[in-house]
Amino acid sequence: MIGQIFQITLLSLRNLPSRLGSSSVIVVGIGGVVGVLVAILAMAKGFEASMSRAGQPDRAIVMRGGSTSELSSGMGPGEMAVVGSWSEVTAASGELYIVADVAKRSNQSLANLAIRGVEQDAFEIRPEISIVEGRSFVTGRTEMIAGRGAVAEFEGVETGSTIELRNSTWTIVGMFEADGSVYESEVWADLATAQSIFRREGGVSSMRVRLASPDAADVLSQRMEDDPRLDLTLTGENEYFKSQSQQLTTLIETFGYGVAAIMAVGAIFAALNTMYTAVSARTVEIATLRALGFGGMPVVASVVIEALLLALLGGAVGAAVAYFGFNGWTVSTLGGSFSQVAFDFAVTPELLVFGIVWAVGLGLVGGLFPAVRAAGLPITTALRGE
Amino acid sequence: MPIVSLKEVAKSYRKGREVIDVLDGIDLDIEEGDFLALMGPSGSGKTTLLNLIGGLDNPTVGSVVVGGQALGDLSGRALARWRSRNIGFVFQFYNLLPVLNAQRNVELPLLLTNLSGAQRRKNAQTALMIVGLDDRASHKPGELSGGQQQRVAIARAIVADPALLVCDEPTGDLDRETAEEILDLLGILNREHGKTVIMVTHDPKAADHASHILHLDKGQLVEQAA
Repeated sequence: MIGQIFQITLLSLRNLPSRLGSSSVIVVGIGGVVGVLVAILAMAKGFEASMSRAGQPDRAIVMRGGSTSELSSGMGPGEMAVVGSWSEVTAASGELYIVADVAKRSNQSLANLAIRGVEQDAFEIRPEISIVEGRSFVTGRTEMIAGRGAVAEFEGVETGSTIELRNSTWTIVGMFEADGSVYESEVWADLATAQSIFRREGGVSSMRVRLASPDAADVLSQRMEDDPRLDLTLTGENEYFKSQSQQLTTLIETFGYGVAAIMAVGAIFAALNTMYTAVSARTVEIATLRALGFGGMPVVASVVIEALLLALLGGAVGAAVAYFGFNGWTVSTLGGSFSQVAFDFAVTPELLVFGIVWAVGLGLVGGLFPAVRAAGLPITTALRGE
Repeated sequence: MPIVSLKEVAKSYRKGREVIDVLDGIDLDIEEGDFLALMGPSGSGKTTLLNLIGGLDNPTVGSVVVGGQALGDLSGRALARWRSRNIGFVFQFYNLLPVLNAQRNVELPLLLTNLSGAQRRKNAQTALMIVGLDDRASHKPGELSGGQQQRVAIARAIVADPALLVCDEPTGDLDRETAEEILDLLGILNREHGKTVIMVTHDPKAADHASHILHLDKGQLVEQAA
């Protein structure tokens, strides 16, 4: 049986050059589906990765009770002092998080640039922050450092430039990286200076704390709940960024699957049409083989294998286009805190494999029905080419 | 014992609500080593009868026994295997695979056997030698004349050494001179190689090469001529 499948498949493939035009419809159709699907999912994956890279298990964010993002949160100095005094907190940084309208490089439209005022402990809490150009800001000066993503997305935040924010001129003195995380979409300044310029004296949006151990998060959460002076919630950074990215990631994925599903329907019809045509053109040939003693199952298998091979080729083309066309491409979108988040498309090996699996599925559906028809035709009818 | 034995064979097709009777009450024995011509007007049931004998179709009623095997007892898969070992088919339009050269076309039935590649090639060369085309083994069908293509098809039909050759209008697509060559070849296979040949033809001159002629009309045998 396997020998027959191999021989008939070989014959089908030898026939391919004479059907190059129609066969390429399958390759292009399925390639398009896989390319679009992988590219869109790479967007979701990139956004999710950018957000999740910012989180560490031993770091947590403290916000006002009921707040779902830093932008809607606020804390006073008293609360900061209480949280900072706990033994489970090994480092703490009160942080002011605000957004400002800044022109985007791509089309000069205004978009929300995230500005984070931080204390010096912020760098100790986040060791992944590294200045890659210029220097860090000096306490008390209207200086900022900009993340690499922010520099790529916004005008006027490159090192050495100045930017007007709230009637005050800020000098960008350096650029930082943060392992490609969401922090790279922000500009950072000294907390006290930012509080003064943005008229938030004494108040912060949130506190970023480093915990003695990841398990301490539960202990501190319970303590905050039990302490009537505090109306605060503590959320592990991983959990926080996951919740911030989930909505948009789900939206992008749903959109991606929707578009891919619509395109897949078209690709399946293209594959069906191509394989029906291929089978029809070879009706007498297939009937002759069956008359000579080749079984119906090898005929089915050979048609399906041909469709699968064409689909695989299409999948590989689509995956390659997605990888070389989109992998690492930096874009930005509105994140969970109403600020622009810059991120790179991430065409991961898993996505490529997923795309190929889709291609195989489409090829299977597109090849199976014509194959069954080819094998099901009475030999005597097929020998007449009907 | 006849190599082919048909008992009360009938064949009908359904076309919409209409039932078309193609063969009706056929009783026929064909002896081993015979060269039989089946003649009759279009629609008389010649090809249908040939298909039943070749195991390509099943009768609606009756039994078909070929080489001692009742074909109705075989499953579709077993019937395919049986065809590959016992029947050589020759078609009007040769039915060669255009992407394969003559050698590979002739080898096709041997792919269903356990023969080694070298043995398959050797047997195919022998078959091509018998039909006088061993020098065209590497030619594809498109590079051969009609007569040469039919010779390749005959080589394919005999390569697995079946006892019975089933030929459906083997000269229907050829000019007279080439047709005579093909009929001579079938005669040689019948006389010198012991093949039983059953040939459907419209052409009385082709039928003259047979040792027996059967006439079919409206699905019934109307005359047997020696």
